[in-house]
Amino acid sequence: MKTTILSVQGWLAVFAALLVMAVVVPVLNLVVPDGSVFHLSDFYVSLLGKILCYAICALAMDLIWGYTGILSLGHGLFFALGGYAMGMYLMRQIGRDGQYKSDMPDFMVFLNWKEFPAAWAFSDSFVMQMLFVLLVPGLLAFVFGFFAFRSRIKGVYFSIITQALTFAAMLLFFRNETGFGGNNGFTDFKRILDVPITTPSMRVLLCVVSGLVLIGFFVMARAIVQSKFGRVLQAIRDAETRVMFTGYNPVAYKLSIWTLSAVMCGVAGALYVPQVGIINPGEMSPAASIEIAIWAAVGGRATLIGPIVGAFFVNGAKSWFTVAFPEFWLFFLGALFIAVTLFLPNGLVGLVNRPGGIVGLFKRKTEKHT
Amino acid sequence: MKWLQGLLGGLFLAGVSAALALTPDQALRIAQGESDARIAALNEVVVAADPALAAYVQALLADEVKVAGGKALIVRDGKATDAATGASSPLPDGAEDVVNPNRVRRELESALAALKLFSPNRAERAKAVTELKDQADEGKLVLIEKAEKTETDAEIKAQLALLKAAVLISSADRTKRLAAAQLLADSDQPATKSLLIERVAAETDSEVKAALSKTLSTVAGRLAWGERFGVLFTGISLGSILLLAALGLAITYGLMGVINMAHGELIMIGAYATYLVQNLFKQWTPGAFDWYIVAAIPFSFVASALVGALMERTVIRWLYGRPLETLLATWGISLILMQSVRTLFGAQNVGVENPSWLSGGVQVLPNLVLPYNRLAILAFAALVLLGMALLIGKTRLGLFVRGVTQNRRMAACVGVNTARVDTYAFALGAGIAGLAGCALSQVGNVGPDLGQGYIVDSFMVVVLGGVGQIAGTVYAGLGLGVLNKLLEGWQGAVLAKIMVLAFIVIFIQKRPQGLFALKGRSAE
Repeated sequence: MKTTILSVQGWLAVFAALLVMAVVVPVLNLVVPDGSVFHLSDFYVSLLGKILCYAICALAMDLIWGYTGILSLGHGLFFALGGYAMGMYLMRQIGRDGQYKSDMPDFMVFLNWKEFPAAWAFSDSFVMQMLFVLLVPGLLAFVFGFFAFRSRIKGVYFSIITQALTFAAMLLFFRNETGFGGNNGFTDFKRILDVPITTPSMRVLLCVVSGLVLIGFFVMARAIVQSKFGRVLQAIRDAETRVMFTGYNPVAYKLSIWTLSAVMCGVAGALYVPQVGIINPGEMSPAASIEIAIWAAVGGRATLIGPIVGAFFVNGAKSWFTVAFPEFWLFFLGALFIAVTLFLPNGLVGLVNRPGGIVGLFKRKTEKHT
Repeated sequence: MKWLQGLLGGLFLAGVSAALALTPDQALRIAQGESDARIAALNEVVVAADPALAAYVQALLADEVKVAGGKALIVRDGKATDAATGASSPLPDGAEDVVNPNRVRRELESALAALKLFSPNRAERAKAVTELKDQADEGKLVLIEKAEKTETDAEIKAQLALLKAAVLISSADRTKRLAAAQLLADSDQPATKSLLIERVAAETDSEVKAALSKTLSTVAGRLAWGERFGVLFTGISLGSILLLAALGLAITYGLMGVINMAHGELIMIGAYATYLVQNLFKQWTPGAFDWYIVAAIPFSFVASALVGALMERTVIRWLYGRPLETLLATWGISLILMQSVRTLFGAQNVGVENPSWLSGGVQVLPNLVLPYNRLAILAFAALVLLGMALLIGKTRLGLFVRGVTQNRRMAACVGVNTARVDTYAFALGAGIAGLAGCALSQVGNVGPDLGQGYIVDSFMVVVLGGVGQIAGTVYAGLGLGVLNKLLEGWQGAVLAKIMVLAFIVIFIQKRPQGLFALKGRSAE
């Protein structure tokens, strides 16, 4: 059984996306003059960058929920942890430009701390903090997943304890004593790698990097779900007991994809923080994690393009609604939750996902083999 | 002079505002100048224990005093009277308001309390002693001793003695401190304990320190039981609230298997229903306001049950057997419900007043007061539990619910309308959530976010207790409440909450089916 990662058309689409992200977006924003119809305003660049990070989360959620059948209500925690690891580095980069002109971040001066807590030991090194972006969410997910999957916690139980996990972490991060800025979190970033962070070119650069990372993760996810490993994951989703009786150990499979998914969220968080300029414990609230699930569900689970579409659709709608009808955003979001679960079990992509449709490009090759 | 003072004091007590004992110069010095000088002037006058001073101090506290032309004037309703002579005087144009910095204000308050020690009203004297407990200093010592001599009520007299000791314990005189340490051993007040702890740490003289430590252990020993019972009671009280919040979920999730993320919002609807009933009573029958809660109980049940029935008919019905989808759809419902309440009632918290018979509490031990509203919730939780057990265990509807839960197809075969039973059961669970909301409105804030705070907790209780086990829910609710309060005393509220969540996560690792796992065929 030999499967290709993507069809020829699929690869073409990926390269087109690469081209858009790496060339078209920067050119439209930086080169095309302000008054032109083709000019992409700064507002849309930062919105695009933000949504690209959300799309990475949705993709990660799809791997664990859409393909393995495990609904996590705690992915916001991994996202926030990646964001905090990045935020710590950015806080150190402020240097003495803070309110109190001290080497310490403002909130530590405010709390009258004289030296950095242990967790901040490597916070001035970009390389170490980037390592933490991967390691902290990864390790937490690994340890938590190891115990949870080993005790065969499944379905709704798993969802609820992941929710408890992120809720507990939120309470913990709300405390000033935890050492991560309490309620206010980190904000007021000035520089990244000693380069000012608020310039237009840096904004475009971060947006482009997010886009490239998303495309990279997409191809990786595609490779995973096409592999034998990915097939076992889908088998676990459909009939876990049968997989066990055929001689596979689901724990190892579930644990690997769970950890990978958490790491992807951590990376998304790290890309998100420099673009929006703030990270606080609100990102760990149960509601934030549930929203990630709804992006994946709206777009269409178990199709890799679906979650990306969902993230763009829901967040695009959000940024439009919160400006045009702020009162109605929650009504819309709530109705979307209900409508998608009742009427669109395959999501938006399911509407067009038929042979010859847009997603057929990605689907046709594999269906012959299954 | 004495008879004149007595006469004027009598006049004051009769409600006539006159203050001759206070010289105009003194009145001015209290109202004007540096804070330190004002406090000194105040203390100088206070020792005379002249009740006439009280009116002046009261006016100062109410910001009714103005200074003009070297005189302190009390200005009330646009009419000015001289603070010292009581004679009415015209209000000059350039009158300046007297501003009281916080420190002066505190001194004024404690002076007022000290003056009230001589009030003919027993309740007022008792109140004054309590007020002085936190703010007495050596300046008031003369007054306290004087009051102790004239006091006739034995209870207040004993409290005054304690108060005196509490003041003396920080005296500069070593023998006075030693005597105070002995005196305080009779105390059963929590405040004495914290005072003693503070003094033991600050004391330099070894003999006094030993005496203080000995007194401290006596007092602490006396207080220990009250504290233990206090923790236990707040724990059980929190447990009863958790239990109420989780009981509805024990039906919808435990028996029916519906993951209802809108459960918290059903609780919120019950609380808002209570708020509506309260407003109706306030407007139409203010005389019977105290009994609004009796009408609110059925109303909140019906309100939430109707919303629940509607939810079941329109959304949840189509998602049976798909728990994860149910979770997302009900989360959507919760968002809509929350935003609806925000639109209807505003995003701010609304005020729900306790009926008068639910405020206050019963004093069991000196440091243990059981508030009536907490006791009422405890009783209410027990009643709801009993009612629910009877309904599920003894009625025809309960039989149907159990039948449909255990074997849906067989129940349908013998003629049970399973779809209708589902709606009834869900509405019942929702209605019980409404009852919880009614109870919660009596102890906490009522706002659109009320439910969010309880949703995680309620699920934890049901999951910990074991799905489908109402007895398990009871043990889990009370257990978590007590555990939470025990940890809270040790590590503070936030860490306690985190530890409880961590405990539950670990517990579920060990026993994935909860405290009371189903055995046999119905177990998965």
